[in-house]
Amino acid sequence: MAMPMTALDIFKLLAKKNCGECGVPTCLAFAMMLANKQTELSKCPYVSPEASQQLESTSLPPMRTVTIGDFDIGGETELFRHDKKFINQTAYAVVIEDRLDNAAIIERAKKFDAMKFERIGIISGVDSIAIKSTGHAQRFAEAVQLVQDNSALPFVLMSNDPQVIEAGLKLVSKAKPLIYSGTVHNCAAMAKLAKQYACPLAISSDDVDELIELSEVAKSEGVDDVVLDLNLGNQTLHNVLEWLTVLRRLSVRKLFRPLGYPIMINLDNGADIEAQAVTAAIGTMKYASLIIFGDLDPARLYPLATLRTNIYTDPQALIQVNPGLYEIGKPNRRSPVIVTANFSLTYFTVASDIEASKVPAYLLVVDTEGLSVMTAFAADKFTPETIAEALEQSKVADKVDHRKLTIPGMIAMMKMKLEDLTGWEVIVGVKDSSGLPKYLKEIAKG
Amino acid sequence: MVAIPKESWTGKIKEVVFGATADEGGTRDRRLLLGGETTLPFLSFEGRVSRPVIGMEVIDTVGEDYPHMIIDEFGDLIRDPVAWAHACVYTYGADFICLKLLSTNPEEDNVSAEDAAALVSTMLVQVKAPLIIQGSGDYEKDARVMELCGNAAKGERCLLAKAEQDNYKSIAVAATASGHVIVAFSNIDVNIAKQINIMLTEFGVPLDDIVIDPLMAGIGFGVEYAYSAMERIKLAALTGDKMLQCPMIADITTAWSAKEAYRADAKLGDEKERAVFWEVASALAALMSGANAIILRHPRSVAITRKVVDELMG
Repeated sequence: MAMPMTALDIFKLLAKKNCGECGVPTCLAFAMMLANKQTELSKCPYVSPEASQQLESTSLPPMRTVTIGDFDIGGETELFRHDKKFINQTAYAVVIEDRLDNAAIIERAKKFDAMKFERIGIISGVDSIAIKSTGHAQRFAEAVQLVQDNSALPFVLMSNDPQVIEAGLKLVSKAKPLIYSGTVHNCAAMAKLAKQYACPLAISSDDVDELIELSEVAKSEGVDDVVLDLNLGNQTLHNVLEWLTVLRRLSVRKLFRPLGYPIMINLDNGADIEAQAVTAAIGTMKYASLIIFGDLDPARLYPLATLRTNIYTDPQALIQVNPGLYEIGKPNRRSPVIVTANFSLTYFTVASDIEASKVPAYLLVVDTEGLSVMTAFAADKFTPETIAEALEQSKVADKVDHRKLTIPGMIAMMKMKLEDLTGWEVIVGVKDSSGLPKYLKEIAKG
Repeated sequence: MVAIPKESWTGKIKEVVFGATADEGGTRDRRLLLGGETTLPFLSFEGRVSRPVIGMEVIDTVGEDYPHMIIDEFGDLIRDPVAWAHACVYTYGADFICLKLLSTNPEEDNVSAEDAAALVSTMLVQVKAPLIIQGSGDYEKDARVMELCGNAAKGERCLLAKAEQDNYKSIAVAATASGHVIVAFSNIDVNIAKQINIMLTEFGVPLDDIVIDPLMAGIGFGVEYAYSAMERIKLAALTGDKMLQCPMIADITTAWSAKEAYRADAKLGDEKERAVFWEVASALAALMSGANAIILRHPRSVAITRKVVDELMG
């Protein structure tokens, strides 16, 4: 991987006038800020063109972040998520064609706008609607208007004809739609529109060298926000994975500027929803920043969106569930109350083992700052005090007739203290969650 | 022309033979080769790749918490593990069977090791695909179950599952006595995966007889941890860590731990389509992160995943 330049490397390339016109007293201080990406080179009026070129290639991020409407794509720096978090999750767009009648356009716009799910506090779903032209500017504008009136989602505008695209841009350019796309036939004209309306531009080619040329055309027209489309939607999965890997390596490992942009896949190719969803799942894990679906249903989107949330979580951050009282099954006034930590894997394991027991229960999830039971105990985050407080706040005392609290077997030592603090009888439960089904069944038998 | 960036890895995944045909003194109708690759999954442009194999789960006695969707799919077969396995191999095209002897658990039905071994014997006669023999997870009982089942399958080069830090010796003894491969289990932890392989080799088991099971978690249930653990194991192996150069197996049936995958909920779409795709997407996560063998539950997941693997192999 190319090393980022140090402040000293940068300092050597500066004019060393210490004029202070950049707002920083000395060139060395300016160089330090540049190295930390806290300022921009353009603030220096005296930088030479050679120095500028050399500095630009190392000071830019490996992959540009591109904003479409209200979301960002790209900006990635890694090949493997365990090294560092993947930055901007893969965005999902779905096509609406302008050849549909108005009622059908409205129906689809509403359907995709509503196709989102809340799962452990995270809302995830369709991010964008891609409006596809059949070649008539006026009809395209009508379709864009209809979608805008019936959905709040950002747009992708799909046409090979710059006039058609402009008809759409006139209506919605403020919403920063992605223009799809500049090709070898129209790239300069599309890039001019992207520049004029300040919108991002997708460039398309089957050929990677041609794609590089298009990227240079866009750059020469002053378009910075580019999305790359290598027509992977029409390739075999083998080629999709290979090219996504090659393109990601070229940007984040080789710092190859002409391809330092987010990658997209257009799956509007007539394949069935299942085949599209399979490609999308692979693209979500391996390096696609935007996927356009020809069609999508909740049965595929829900698993996909879940996978996407999972893959794009920060591997360094512990995943937490909200602390509080959870009902597993339909607990009644005699159901057991079980305590656990709010590390998400702990929660899922315990909840699933309770569910497997078929014995309804209240699960009291204590805020252990995302640590598992033993780690939290060792770190003083899972103490008689924190458990007592959580018990109090949960008001579970109003929901059950008994006063029996089951704690994890690993923290048996806090039984006495916890009983003193709460006045509840503390039952030492199983050491491992996998023993819960048996344990609960026995409790249920009395 | 832009130069295509290729990695040249220094390490290679060992090729483990799973299943013995008549040539090797067994009675299987095929031998599966797990691993052998010299690069990350499916990247044939820079190295040798290996085709992941797809097996199906069969349970000796299905519990009441088993998904009804699967019970409906197999019908009466689900009460007869041999018939169930037969359908998996000869109707749905499973490359191998993973027989889970859950009823041997002393806390459940406590079926005897002798009875379990009798089931394995019948299975081997009726179903000719390679076999994984998996215990109930009760260390004490598994020692006996593996000994007898391993012996009943002598020479067939089965996979015996699962060797963990606390019971690896008994599994290793059973495997080496009867010529089987060991599934070395760790709980989404690269260090433990390595540690258990070190312990097994120190105990005398060659690395060619070990398959790593790093615990696959389905989507929504910690897939990101499993994905990264598997990716890290594969990268460590490819960069030369000999103790991790064993092929990996991923049991995707954990995807069914997520009730949201298949509970009826109109907002989440048709539950059958959702459940299958939940399992398929979990399988894809395992394949993308380096699994050499996967175990699936739903026949349609098998069909879809096989097609995907064919296409990924190019």
